[in-house]
Amino acid sequence: MKFGILVNEGPYQHQAADTAYHFTKAALERGHEVVRVFFYHDGVNNGTRLTTPPQDERNIVNRWSELAKQYDLDMVVCVAAAQRRGIVDEEEKKRQGKDADNLAEGFNISGLGQLIDAGIKADRLVEFGD
Amino acid sequence: MLHTVNKSPFEKSSLDTCLRLAKPGSDILLIEDGVYAAAVGTAVEQKIREAVSDHTFYALGPDLKARGIEEARLIDGVKVVGYGEFVDLAAGNERVQAWL
Amino acid sequence: MQDGVKKFMYVNRRAPYGTVYALEGLEVILIGAAFDQYVSVAFIDDGVFQLKTGQDTGDSDMKNFSPTYRALGDYDVTKLYVEEESLQERGLTRDDLLDLTYEDEDDDYKEKSSIHIVSRAEMAELLEQQDVILNF
Repeated sequence: MKFGILVNEGPYQHQAADTAYHFTKAALERGHEVVRVFFYHDGVNNGTRLTTPPQDERNIVNRWSELAKQYDLDMVVCVAAAQRRGIVDEEEKKRQGKDADNLAEGFNISGLGQLIDAGIKADRLVEFGD
Repeated sequence: MLHTVNKSPFEKSSLDTCLRLAKPGSDILLIEDGVYAAAVGTAVEQKIREAVSDHTFYALGPDLKARGIEEARLIDGVKVVGYGEFVDLAAGNERVQAWL
Repeated sequence: MQDGVKKFMYVNRRAPYGTVYALEGLEVILIGAAFDQYVSVAFIDDGVFQLKTGQDTGDSDMKNFSPTYRALGDYDVTKLYVEEESLQERGLTRDDLLDLTYEDEDDDYKEKSSIHIVSRAEMAELLEQQDVILNF
């Protein structure tokens, strides 16, 4: 079965980011396909590589990156939500004339259409938020 | 249809809205702070007991455990599931509605 | 229903301004309209406040996005379901809501209301008919 995942909250602030990760991992381990994980609202903060949690705490951003690598997962951060919150990839950095970029490995920045597309392609869309 | 509720029933009305709009025969999964609704001896226990005859209630085990809610204290009929069974519930229902 | 077309329902349960969910939810609806899917929008709980008339953010310096709801008809988003119980609980009636309309191309472009006040039973039934439900 094909799943689409929507993550609406940032890491550490709300458990939704954790639950979404555990659900996605469990779905993949059960042999399901995850067509896309889409990050919206404050969920875009899951995609900043500048995250530096204390060493004895889970690294939510790295956890996503590793899952993406292991399963060739499509992880998309919404561009409009990302711009509002300062999540920038190299291309956006140049286009917006910013002095830094911060998108973590395995994430891509793209439009909201990717969320609708995930809804169309997936058999089930599962949403995690506040 | 699978409904998820992730809010404490003592803080937000998400559980009430879910119970108001879930058709009989629905699966209702309590996750995150939503699991506080699953324990006995609370002001919402009666509400859950009444709804248990219409719906199948589940509570996410890792979230119960994190909050120190022992399985022995759960309302009769509430089933404890893990993340894998959460996936099974989502796959087994035609759609998933998250009452955020 | 056409093959490959799904029923999308956007469920709004948040008031505007206090959090960004209503505004960013509306952005999803507008983008989603380009995908030629079957679209409806539900307003439940505090979501009904999004449709309140007379919103004025002049003194709070926030973006007043309530005029954008008027554009939904032009995007062929013409099925806006408002739960009656949610309205009543909040002391509102239909007269407190924006007058949102669309031109029905199948009926000589007659102007019709996009807003449908529905009971909880009707809302429960609508939810069961969807393929994809997105909550904001």
